[in-house]
Amino acid sequence: MSLTHPQRSDRKRPVAPPGPAPAGERSHNGARAAGLACAFVLLVLVCLLSVVVGARHLPPLVVWHGLLDSASDSATVVREMRLPRTLLGLLAGTALGIAGGVMQAITRNPLADPGVLGINAGASASVVTAISALGVTTFDGYVWFAFLGAAVVSALVYVVGGGSGATPARLALAGTAIGAAVYSYVNAVQLLDTASLDRMRFWTVGSLAAAQTDTAVKMAPFVALGGITALALASSLNALALGDDMARALGVAPATTRAVAMAAVTLLCGAATAACGPIVFVGLAVPHMVRAVTGPDLRWLLAYCTVLAPVLFLGADVLGRILARPAEIQVGVMTALLGGPFFLALVRRNRTVGA
Amino acid sequence: MRRTRVCVIRRGSWSLRFSRRALAAGMGCFLAALALGILVIGSGDYPMSAGDVLRTLAGGGTRPETFIVNNVRLPRVVTALLAGAALALAGAVFQTLTRNPLGSPDVLGFTQGATAGALLAIVVFGADSGALAGGAVLGGVATGGLIYAVVWPRGLHGYRLILVGIGTAAILTGFNGYLLTRAQITEAARATLWLTGNLNGRGWEDVLPLAVAMVVLVPLVLLGLGRPLRLLEMGEDTARVLGVRVERLRTALLVAAVLLTAFAAAAVGPVAFVALTAPHLARRLTRTPGPNLAVSLCMGAVLLVGADWVAQHAVPGRELPVGVVTGLLGGGYLVGLLAAERRAGRI
Repeated sequence: MSLTHPQRSDRKRPVAPPGPAPAGERSHNGARAAGLACAFVLLVLVCLLSVVVGARHLPPLVVWHGLLDSASDSATVVREMRLPRTLLGLLAGTALGIAGGVMQAITRNPLADPGVLGINAGASASVVTAISALGVTTFDGYVWFAFLGAAVVSALVYVVGGGSGATPARLALAGTAIGAAVYSYVNAVQLLDTASLDRMRFWTVGSLAAAQTDTAVKMAPFVALGGITALALASSLNALALGDDMARALGVAPATTRAVAMAAVTLLCGAATAACGPIVFVGLAVPHMVRAVTGPDLRWLLAYCTVLAPVLFLGADVLGRILARPAEIQVGVMTALLGGPFFLALVRRNRTVGA
Repeated sequence: MRRTRVCVIRRGSWSLRFSRRALAAGMGCFLAALALGILVIGSGDYPMSAGDVLRTLAGGGTRPETFIVNNVRLPRVVTALLAGAALALAGAVFQTLTRNPLGSPDVLGFTQGATAGALLAIVVFGADSGALAGGAVLGGVATGGLIYAVVWPRGLHGYRLILVGIGTAAILTGFNGYLLTRAQITEAARATLWLTGNLNGRGWEDVLPLAVAMVVLVPLVLLGLGRPLRLLEMGEDTARVLGVRVERLRTALLVAAVLLTAFAAAAVGPVAFVALTAPHLARRLTRTPGPNLAVSLCMGAVLLVGADWVAQHAVPGRELPVGVVTGLLGGGYLVGLLAAERRAGRI
């Protein structure tokens, strides 16, 4: 018996030929570069908004002074809360976007996201264990547990999914299976220990509210390392999209590429999940939306994801703060509510999305 | 491919065709489900032998036996049998429709829809179990309607259905998490228990809506839609040439599967993995291609009743929710299956 139903064969994805690009390709690249510049401007604007907007209404000028001198009350708000929050959102959003793009490439599954490879499940299981068995209560305490859990479970998924012989279908299946089994454990712990449920339910939603500069600083190296690795792999992943044999012919080692890409994804998602809880949707939807603009070339796709994912993420966070003043709606809820309908509209309108 | 031996029953223009192996597998699962049911009825704080259980069911039990069996254990077992069967049948339909071995109600967002309905009932209206079940059915059906409305204009083919389902599931997951953070901790605990899926304290009032839904839907799916669905598996164009009205068939199947999922969730909560694993196991047993609807149905009943027995006995003195057991067992099974397939070099 085979586990896979007959699937429609993937369309062959074009890979940029080596050497100088033809004229048409060049003009395309010009347009893509211009788009990327616009996206970057958008990102800067969203970051500014994220520092200016909050539960307490501060005029932009006061915010600016708060950044410069540290004596006043508003300075504390800006420096201790909004700035770290913006930094963390920037890091986490970038991480999730790149990781989603890479994951969809290595599993050849346009539906892959951090949830699929068991990363969220591993982080959740680790955090619930830390809360229930070790009585960890601080945000800073969760972070390392979440990271460890994400790393362990994604490594397990990789090994069960076939290790160096991993195929896309098997990776996805292993991730789903292990993820669901791990979530059962999370549920069991929550049911047997109400106190852990009380804390977990706030972590599970995904929020930036508890952000500290310290956390952002700790997360940055992981995100940088994972992100740079992923971007460096873009060409190899392009070759991999043609199938393993073709990739070998182009001088790319499929197994090594997949293993390194998995490691990068774990670093990225582990860091993001640890810092703000399991965020649904950013890693899944952003690469999809981007693909509609850039086409399947991963070099452009990942570059766009790097810039646009934090735009979506921070934008969602800002909106969550505005909508429910003086309280706030957690960013994980907002990404789902905002990204979701947009994604559905895209699927509905556009034949090429993910097909 | 070995030729499977086939039996055909004909009555005038009507005929029923099945492979012998599939029939044997289906009968085996059916009997196993009943046997497990008797075992579960007989186990607990007041143990009874299988003979006692059968005698009591036939109306010859002592007064305490009759009370325990008819009011406590029988409704619970019947709920497990029916909900397992309903989930598995829905799972088999979804997997065939989406042409994806992971196409289960959990992946497609229907489970999250039922969950959202139930959570709203608990958190916003502080509902009792009846309203909770109603909320679950409404939520599941509303989600089905939403997905259908989004997918419909371009046709319901499998890939788009999965994409839209996953998007919907993501939206609802966020929404559900938010509802949980807004609840009182006691309500959140109750909601989490329901979300995991459990059979504790199930009575006849939980069985009835599910039973009614199944009496209508199961024959419709098995007898009315089973054969065209098998043709649809050969590919859309082939099915059209053979006279299947593809869009209408997909719509009918989707509606039936959503209703089955919603009513099962209303009765026991969104139990993980039964919908996913039962069709896989059924396919392994029958070794016949195609949706294997009937065998999946019986297999689902076996799985949920078996999981309930494990849930009652795994931790001495504590009763686990059945959803924890199906999750662990189902996940373990899939991991084992992957390892086996890998050794056989089939994936």
